Amino acid sequence: MTSAVLSQRPPIQRRRRQRSVLPGFGLTMGYTIFYLSLIVLLPLAALIVRPWELGLSGFIAKVTEPSVLASLKLSFGAALIAAVINAVFGLLVAWILVRYPFPGRRLVDALVDLPFALPTAVAGIALAALYSPKNGWLGKPLKDVFDIEIAYTPLGVILAMTFIGLPFVVRTLQPVLQEIDRDTEEAAATLGARNWQTFFFVIMPALLPAWFTGFALAFARAVGEYGSIIFIAGNKPMVSEIAPVKILQKLEQYDYAGAAAIGVVMLGASFLIILAINLAQRLMAKP
Amino acid sequence: MKSFWKNLTTALAAVGLFSAASAAELLNVSYDPTRELYKQVNEVFAAKWKAETGEDLTINQSHGGSGKQARSVIDGLEADVLTLALAYDIDEVGQKTGYFPADWQARLPDNSAPYTSTIVFVVRKGNPFGIKDWGDLTKSGIQVITPNPKTSGGARWNFLAAWAWALKQPGGSEDTAKAYIAELYKHVPVLDTGARGSTTTFAQRGIGDVFLSWENEAHLIQAEFGAGEFEIIVPSVSILAEPPVTLVDSIVDRHGTRAVAEAYLKFLYTPEAQEIVAKNFYRPRDQAVAAKYAAQFPAIPLVTIADFGGWSSAQQKFFADGGVFDQIYQPGQQ
Repeated sequence: MTSAVLSQRPPIQRRRRQRSVLPGFGLTMGYTIFYLSLIVLLPLAALIVRPWELGLSGFIAKVTEPSVLASLKLSFGAALIAAVINAVFGLLVAWILVRYPFPGRRLVDALVDLPFALPTAVAGIALAALYSPKNGWLGKPLKDVFDIEIAYTPLGVILAMTFIGLPFVVRTLQPVLQEIDRDTEEAAATLGARNWQTFFFVIMPALLPAWFTGFALAFARAVGEYGSIIFIAGNKPMVSEIAPVKILQKLEQYDYAGAAAIGVVMLGASFLIILAINLAQRLMAKP
Repeated sequence: MKSFWKNLTTALAAVGLFSAASAAELLNVSYDPTRELYKQVNEVFAAKWKAETGEDLTINQSHGGSGKQARSVIDGLEADVLTLALAYDIDEVGQKTGYFPADWQARLPDNSAPYTSTIVFVVRKGNPFGIKDWGDLTKSGIQVITPNPKTSGGARWNFLAAWAWALKQPGGSEDTAKAYIAELYKHVPVLDTGARGSTTTFAQRGIGDVFLSWENEAHLIQAEFGAGEFEIIVPSVSILAEPPVTLVDSIVDRHGTRAVAEAYLKFLYTPEAQEIVAKNFYRPRDQAVAAKYAAQFPAIPLVTIADFGGWSSAQQKFFADGGVFDQIYQPGQQ
């Protein structure tokens, strides 16, 4: 089918296409579809097919158990909060890294990537050690002075999600910030714009699409996170149990279909939210 | 390049022939805390097997959460022998795969459990809260550390031991036991997914006043952190934890390892292996060895899983979705 489409194109375009460094469209497209099917679609299809052996009512019963609902609420709620925190502070970090040359900038730049590279369990153990209300460097003073407990509460979940999501916002914003011409800002200034006006009406519109992408990535990563969270969440039913832990519990009972049911709900909800973010991004980018 | 492939295939063929001729390999799929135990057992058994048959024996070990290990075998991990934390997990493997008969637990002595353990309390230096028995765990202000019984095999023993104690109290009934369990889990600030995670929470993070632990893990904590840091408290009643072992018939027949796998499991019951068992703080089955290490293992009245009607009914009643454990966390049920 792809070759039929190709042959209808005017010859000049064909020649241009052939000059591409990778072999023809038919081959690369075929490869793309095969690769995506193997790596993404097939496992997802296996997941989506699984829970229906329960029947629709069984499926609904599984995912509306009070503790499952509570865990889904926590997973998505905390991921949303963590993504908002990362969107705000990630913008700040990206701005500073791009706009201000300062000693050690390269080092700070490399630090941003660490949450990518660190095994998540290590991150979770480190965070739990730091924020333990009994003997953590930060956790103990926070508890003693402000009576705030972070480890082993839902706050711990948000903390871990914020940690692992940071690089996504910074790394998507950085190249865009670099691209924005200083001249435009200067032009805005000469035309009488105040700093805040330049920021909101000149810089922000250019940044918004990348900002939304970073937000969506950080959010998606946080929803799927497991390794670091279980060490700091406390995993109390109805309080600080994330949805992936509920999935694990179903598996421990050899309830594969029940586990897949929660997985499908998470997948569907993530898909809808990311789709909504992408649509919003498209709308913002239009004018 | 061509000669490289040729060399590789020759080498592979040589290894293949070699292993067919005079070497055997076993895979023992086990749970987390048995890593050190089986390392020592395997060394002794491999030497013994070599002396008896002249065959080189390599025993590979795989460790992880008991339920996770069982699922791996169900999904195709080729275990010659299974040595898991709960009979329930082995039952599930048998039912889902048909690899071995349903009466597997009757094939070896002592319910196929060559060593046992029980649940004890670990408290901090000097036992500052005077914890002596299960009843002390629900005193106001006490925090208890135990993993989530829905994800941890070990935590299920903790839960059942607490339940058994509550039932035995004067006027004890299902209702009072449930009330006690509900109160007990209100004192649990962190529910880790596995026993090792809870050990870290209690010993390293400093969370909680009492840690409900396998007896062998409790001794390991003492050894790891120095005997002065933590004390072991033996409650008035506990549960006999029987981690069972079995041969995986279909797989040993396919691998041609039935003879060596059977010998391996029988070896676990010999005085030689039982000594290793006791040194790793598991309770030995062999009377003579048990007598020798009596000081290490205080006698406690122990209930068994049979008192709960076996694993499948205990699982159904307490830990399945909607079971007692779920009920105590549902609002309006307490």
